[in-house]
Amino acid sequence: MKTYENTGSKDTRSGFGAGMTELGRTNLNVVSLCADLIGSLKIQTFIDENPERFFQIGIAEANMMGIAAGLTIGGKIPFTGTFANFSTGRVYDQIRQSIAYSGKNVKICASHAGLTLGEDGATHQILEDIGLMKMLPGMTVINTCDYNQTKAATIALADHVGPVYLRFGRPVVPNFTPADQTFEIGKAVQLQEGNDVTIVATGHLVWEALEACKVLNEKGITADVINIHTIKPLDAEAIIKSVKKTGCVVTAEEHNFLGGLGESVARELSLTHPVPQEYVATEDTFGESGTPAQLMEKYGLNANAIVKKVEKVISRK
Amino acid sequence: MADINKLEAFVTQVRRDIVRQVHKVSSGHPGGSLGCAEFISVLYQELMERKEGFDMDGIGEDLFFLSNGHISPVFYSVLARSGYFPVEELNTFRLLDSRLQGHPTTHEGLPGIRIASGSLGQGLSVAVGAAQAKKLNNDNHTIYALMGDGELQEGQNWEAIMYASAKKVDNLIATVDLNGQQIDGSTDHVLNMGSVRAKFEAFGWIVLDIEKGNDIKAIVSGMNKAKAASGQGKPVCVLLHTVMGNGVDFMMGTHAWHGKAPNDEQLASALEQNPETLGDY
Repeated sequence: MKTYENTGSKDTRSGFGAGMTELGRTNLNVVSLCADLIGSLKIQTFIDENPERFFQIGIAEANMMGIAAGLTIGGKIPFTGTFANFSTGRVYDQIRQSIAYSGKNVKICASHAGLTLGEDGATHQILEDIGLMKMLPGMTVINTCDYNQTKAATIALADHVGPVYLRFGRPVVPNFTPADQTFEIGKAVQLQEGNDVTIVATGHLVWEALEACKVLNEKGITADVINIHTIKPLDAEAIIKSVKKTGCVVTAEEHNFLGGLGESVARELSLTHPVPQEYVATEDTFGESGTPAQLMEKYGLNANAIVKKVEKVISRK
Repeated sequence: MADINKLEAFVTQVRRDIVRQVHKVSSGHPGGSLGCAEFISVLYQELMERKEGFDMDGIGEDLFFLSNGHISPVFYSVLARSGYFPVEELNTFRLLDSRLQGHPTTHEGLPGIRIASGSLGQGLSVAVGAAQAKKLNNDNHTIYALMGDGELQEGQNWEAIMYASAKKVDNLIATVDLNGQQIDGSTDHVLNMGSVRAKFEAFGWIVLDIEKGNDIKAIVSGMNKAKAASGQGKPVCVLLHTVMGNGVDFMMGTHAWHGKAPNDEQLASALEQNPETLGDY
């Protein structure tokens, strides 16, 4: 089993901010838009260094999506910034018509996704955004797992032509992927090799999957752990190859099981190689106030939950 | 100076194109299309500085955004007759596999279209973004946008209206088609908006009226004034007072023809009122 070292916990949104800082210096077409959440999105350095390329929209997310679409006409590469809830559900038709259907090169960058937003509660904790966005034709959907990966993904988006939804979070979490990684959209990253189960995880659940792997190892269970940072397009080849070896899969995400990564994986399995699957995801529910750790425990989205689901799925083989 | 007779002939042909497109497929929106036939014709034939051909970025030319996408028949006719795609393609309006979708879209690659519209209230935001891109590119050209008056009931417009003045987007001329009609009746009846002028002014825009919104001379003169008012730190709003269904007597001044196609007899009457000028497709 490989060992992954936490090189210093950080929030993924700061990875986004660092990526924007770099893009500000390297790509003059990159512009940043924000709906009154500069501090939350960590883009102050980009703004300080490129004031003419920053657009403060105010609390008007629908307008922000339209302006972003318009900025692409003229060759700009807009990165919108607000919470995941206000980046998706609130502005779904604006994204659908003015960005996705219009094929505009807009990067919708969403912080504070999922339960780990914490105490603000369910009004702000969207658990449906992956589903909403993956259903839009032509939309790429990415959910990064740590600071380094979020920074690398942000930088990679500028070279990808087409609309993208980039999802990250608020809490400080372990930073364990390489600082110098090349982020390849649509390419799964294999983190552990095992024989008994495949764990396919995205976002904050990737570290939890690695933690679960340690516990499972002590029980004599070895796992393939796959970091799926890109939910659409899904790297089905990597997943199918792994389940052909292990014979079962647990998917893990900070999202409703409806519409999430798990459903995308289930579709691929059903088409080519059906095997037992268990879901670590919320069970068609809203969140609530609490600390991130409390919420992830209550709603079954941590290493313990993954271990339980692994044991269950192996028993179904 | 504009050749008014030439523009009149152009508009008459556009009217024919509108009713023929809609009649052929028994669907589409003739009323609002006819009401804006003079305005959009004047924009493309007289006012806008346009490059040859079409590229999406449109750097170095004026751009137009249609927010009330349901008036696609007039937009398609003017685009085709301004050289963006073959006039014969108007035959494919709303047909399967056509680039001329019910509502305009970039999705099928139709030259001249820069954004999908149809779901109302989104076009002004896009126009504002395109205007800001022009400023970033040091491209001293104008962005034109057209919205319906009923469309102003969509809240996103007011986000864009507030933003455009706050951010001094003064290379933008947004026109409101004030025909006073929407699907369920008159705008006053459905949702009385009070003074549109006062609202735009309160939001910090320069507002000009074109009282005779179906009169080519009045449009040319009014839009030239609008152009002269741009570039002075404020966005410009043109209130274009039009008659829905203009140029086809039985369609005029009513919401009944918002989204209804003429039958064979009605088509014949409409065409008789608008004799062929540039050649039918």
